[in-house]
Amino acid sequence: MIKLQNLVKRFGPLNAVNSISMAVGRGEVVGFLGPNGAGKSTTMKIITGFLPATSGTVEVCGFDVGEKPVEVQKRLGYLPEGAPAYGDMTPASFLDFVAQVRGYRGAEKQVCIEQIVEKTSLKSVLDQSIETLSKGFKRRVGLAQAMLHDPPVLIMDEPTDGLDPNQKHHVRNLIREMAADKAVIVSTHILEEVEAVCTRAVIISEGRLVADGTPEQLIGRSSIHNAVRIELEPAELDLAKPAIEALDEVGGVDILSRADGRASLRVVSKDGQPITVAVGALMREKGFNITEIYTEKGALDEVFRQITIGEDGTEVNRG
Amino acid sequence: MGNVGIVAMRELRAYFATPIALVFIFIFLTLTGAFAFYVGGFFVRAQADLQAFFVYHPWLFLLLVPAIAMRLWAEERKTGTIEILMTLPISTTEAVLGKYFAAWAFCGIALSLTAPMWITVNVLGDPDNGVILASYVGSFVMAGAYLAIGSCLSALTKNQVIAFIMSATVCFLFTMSGAELVQDFVRTLAPEIVSQAIFQMSFLAHFESVTRGLIDLRDAVFFASLIAIWLFANVVIIDIKKGS
Repeated sequence: MIKLQNLVKRFGPLNAVNSISMAVGRGEVVGFLGPNGAGKSTTMKIITGFLPATSGTVEVCGFDVGEKPVEVQKRLGYLPEGAPAYGDMTPASFLDFVAQVRGYRGAEKQVCIEQIVEKTSLKSVLDQSIETLSKGFKRRVGLAQAMLHDPPVLIMDEPTDGLDPNQKHHVRNLIREMAADKAVIVSTHILEEVEAVCTRAVIISEGRLVADGTPEQLIGRSSIHNAVRIELEPAELDLAKPAIEALDEVGGVDILSRADGRASLRVVSKDGQPITVAVGALMREKGFNITEIYTEKGALDEVFRQITIGEDGTEVNRG
Repeated sequence: MGNVGIVAMRELRAYFATPIALVFIFIFLTLTGAFAFYVGGFFVRAQADLQAFFVYHPWLFLLLVPAIAMRLWAEERKTGTIEILMTLPISTTEAVLGKYFAAWAFCGIALSLTAPMWITVNVLGDPDNGVILASYVGSFVMAGAYLAIGSCLSALTKNQVIAFIMSATVCFLFTMSGAELVQDFVRTLAPEIVSQAIFQMSFLAHFESVTRGLIDLRDAVFFASLIAIWLFANVVIIDIKKGS
């Protein structure tokens, strides 16, 4: 439902978006990941028709956003970064305005506003001015505005940024509920969020799409994916280490800590395959006294750093 | 109601959501009254007309209209709501017109609250009400012209103060170009045709002929085309600057 083709956006000498192509289908929730200034927001602004692309095309529901921005905007809900809203309006009047622009009139408009107020739990603050609302409520007003017309395409720029854990939970549930029959793009810095709500994760760095896959696939790219953590008696450490290293599946053994009568090892899988059973069997066979053994999944954080930090170890920073 | 109307209604409500509207109306009424009675010598003239009242309108609008216009786009850009507005299914032209008409309607409301002046002069004497009506229309249209300038320049910046100063300056130029002082100065430097051209751009010249009761097609065309040009520039500026 969303199709980007060789999308390029230049701001003067800066290539904010550098030839991004991708497609998002119905039922997909795509998480845009990337460092600040990577081009996530710019890409979203182009999809929504707010910014014109320098070159390349964006199609939403079959309409080219450069040629028919209003047709695209009719089918799209957008939550800009920071959820801006008219501070001196109340949520009631703001949603009424958006509903009118969306073409709702009379009773139909009332029903549509009531439904979204229900979904976003805004009833208690409907008649307070928006500037007096807490961050969580402001964000919900933004979400309500974006989802009011039940659009087939939903674009949200950092929908949970700055919210407390309960509010985040609420917003994520809301996104999951809405997502079933829509194409959704969400940008975020919070990697756990990707695992929680996204069916697909896309990493953008320096305006390029550098990784694209399910959250599980991305985690699979972690260097410690399927590594095994073992805790055992320090006395046995020197015996255990060579024994484990001798296993074919093992790529290496790191000693993580050695203190307080406990030693901790990380056994890294050679090719990312599960090795826990093999390592466990070896431990039993040799009769080592292990107090803990578990498989590490690897973290999206780590993959994110691997992908977005340059070879020289400096952070890619483009303001 | 079309999109222009919906945007205009929202915008007009926004004026009254804060004390801005009341403060503005209070100052406008106070100043128009003060100028007419004290500076313009409304009573001293002992004539049943509102010349003393209308003659100061260009100078009042010069300061007050940019104050109405300054928030139109600068505020949207500052708070980021422009991103909401311009991603709703509304064209840039509709948004520009909607906001402009709201501000203009607000000017109309302020102007219509000076009606007691009109009533007073009818009680005191027997004025030519046709001239007064024409003057009101002229004043309203002139306010619209100042507003178009203000709205356009407000789109150039995120800072309302800068927007105010820029539009007050440009409005000042459009007003002053008709003043004798400026005309004398220009005549010494440039040929008659240049000073005539500058004179023709002046709000003062066009407004004065209206307050004398002369509604000339040329004045109407002048204001209409001026408004159209500034609003067109406004649309172009929004399209260029909205993302920055």
